[in-house]
Amino acid sequence: MDAAFVGQGVRIAVPYLFAALGGTLSERSGVINIALEGMMLAGAFGYVAGTHASGSPWVGLVWAIAGGVLVGALHALLTIWFLTQQIVTGVAINLLVLGITDFALKLAYGSASNSPRVGSFEHGWANPLVWVAVMSVPVLHLVLSRTRFGLHLRAVGDNPLAAETVGISVRRMRLAGVLLSGALAALGGAHLASEQSLFTSGMTAGRGYIALAAMIVGKWRPVGAALAALFFGFTEAIEIRLQASAGFSLPPSIVQIFPYVATLLVLCGLIGRARAPVALGVPYEPERR
Amino acid sequence: MSPRVGRGASLIAVGLSFSALTMLLSAVAIVIAGADPLEVLARLVRETVATPYGLGQTLFKATPLILTGLAVAVPLHAGLFNIGAEGQLYLGAFAAAWIGLVLAALPGPIVVLLCAIGAFLAGGAWGALAGVLRSRFGAHEVISTIMLNFVAIGLVNHAVTSTLAQPETVHTAPIPSGARLVRLADRWPAFQGSAVNDVLFVAVGVALLSAGFLYRTRLGFALRAVGGSPRAAEAGGIAPGRIQTTALLLGGGLAGLAGLNEVLGFRYYFTIGFSDGVGFMGIAVAMLGLQHPVGIIAAALLLGAVSHAGLAIGDLVPSELIGILEGLIIVMVLIAQFTLRRIERARLKARLAAQGR
Repeated sequence: MDAAFVGQGVRIAVPYLFAALGGTLSERSGVINIALEGMMLAGAFGYVAGTHASGSPWVGLVWAIAGGVLVGALHALLTIWFLTQQIVTGVAINLLVLGITDFALKLAYGSASNSPRVGSFEHGWANPLVWVAVMSVPVLHLVLSRTRFGLHLRAVGDNPLAAETVGISVRRMRLAGVLLSGALAALGGAHLASEQSLFTSGMTAGRGYIALAAMIVGKWRPVGAALAALFFGFTEAIEIRLQASAGFSLPPSIVQIFPYVATLLVLCGLIGRARAPVALGVPYEPERR
Repeated sequence: MSPRVGRGASLIAVGLSFSALTMLLSAVAIVIAGADPLEVLARLVRETVATPYGLGQTLFKATPLILTGLAVAVPLHAGLFNIGAEGQLYLGAFAAAWIGLVLAALPGPIVVLLCAIGAFLAGGAWGALAGVLRSRFGAHEVISTIMLNFVAIGLVNHAVTSTLAQPETVHTAPIPSGARLVRLADRWPAFQGSAVNDVLFVAVGVALLSAGFLYRTRLGFALRAVGGSPRAAEAGGIAPGRIQTTALLLGGGLAGLAGLNEVLGFRYYFTIGFSDGVGFMGIAVAMLGLQHPVGIIAAALLLGAVSHAGLAIGDLVPSELIGILEGLIIVMVLIAQFTLRRIERARLKARLAAQGR
């Protein structure tokens, strides 16, 4: 355990952590969020486009959040207002965002593969996003468990009818959950892009699904999700380290499936019982006259 | 107007409106890219249906989509979302390639048959696994099939890279020539250059069989009954858990068969990363085809044309437009479904009001 190894693990884990926290907020409000992948990708592209246009990574961060929130708004519109099947909606949005970012990459930078390099935050520990990630874990834990907003968010995810009966707007709370989810996942995408100082086509490469796995393994709780994200990040770091040190290495394809196998075991109740929000994935239609 | 006719009319009206909206939004993207939407459309139509080569490529791309569309639709009739076609397809293709290699000494037609059975069983086992995880452990199939995709892809990639890959490549050795299926170009030279092959006829045949299975057999009825209401089905003496596992087994098997297009009909070997979202597109095919096998054939042809079109329009507009179009089509189908439900409800209300209730 040396500093470089820890740095590597944290660097891999930060995008998972942001997106897993985002997924937690969306799903605690009752909306399944497979669109994390697309939200991260939009965030990564927004970060690079904003930084490229302005020269400042802080502006890039604003663009990233705008991109993620925009994707969140589409997911919310479809799932909350049009009552669509939430999983299929997420898959469609991921395809759509991949198409749009590739299209924009070609139009803006004339390349099918990557953007030009952009000035960026310092890498590693000096990247302020690492500290934003670290801080958001206790903050979101407190928000969910101790605030009125958190209580309402959990209420619409567990029993929307009861929540509506006591005057909580289910749609508004779910919208908030999904939009915040977009912003957080986008920060994960921004961290990914800032560590590489550029955008490459489809650069999230399934990280949104690993974040989804971390959220489930973390049992839909911010602290749990964060620990699972770190666990997955460090597993990959160990694999990279083993490959670098000659002699012994785990097959990379086997290490890559580890988060998914862990998720399956949790889903099956073999590593403790995960309790999903009760109304997760069930579209809610407000009472009509 | 009888309710049935009315329903058909609103389906057509909504379908046409949303097709127009999809084209309008695509046109906006094309204009942003500085091209002429009509020119792009004309090129798209010409290159996907109006030349024998283009038509062949459309059919070639549609072939696995028919099967992955069915892979999503059959479990959906039992009320289950199979998001796992991508991994099931991957396993099916790998199984076919492996069987083709191991049994190379057998006569060609037997190898073909065994490859097909192997592909079906490999994909089917993976689908059934999700079914067992659901009925035995309560793991929801939508999440488990997503996770199982990555597990299948990882395991197959490991098997290929660690032992089966040809030196310096990420693909297996080719299957024997006797087990390679005939291409349409071998019968009709006009299709020259296109990889469309006999798996197309397998796919269409399987689609028709699926229709017969779903609507004409006892098991198909049980499957749809469970999809309608698991509790009602159980009260009627059907075991929902077993039917659901069977539905996922069949879905996985159908996705596995889609792998034959690549292995028996196109490249003749398994190569890492070949599937490229064809399994996920099956979701779009199933929904666009209204979960009916005949609709699925039509939807697969449309999306097959779209996926081939990227190459043909690349000099007019970035071919990445196709990616946008694929996502957009699913989004539009979802909104169209919502609109249809609303129209249906409004009609019901009007009928009740007319009866003075």
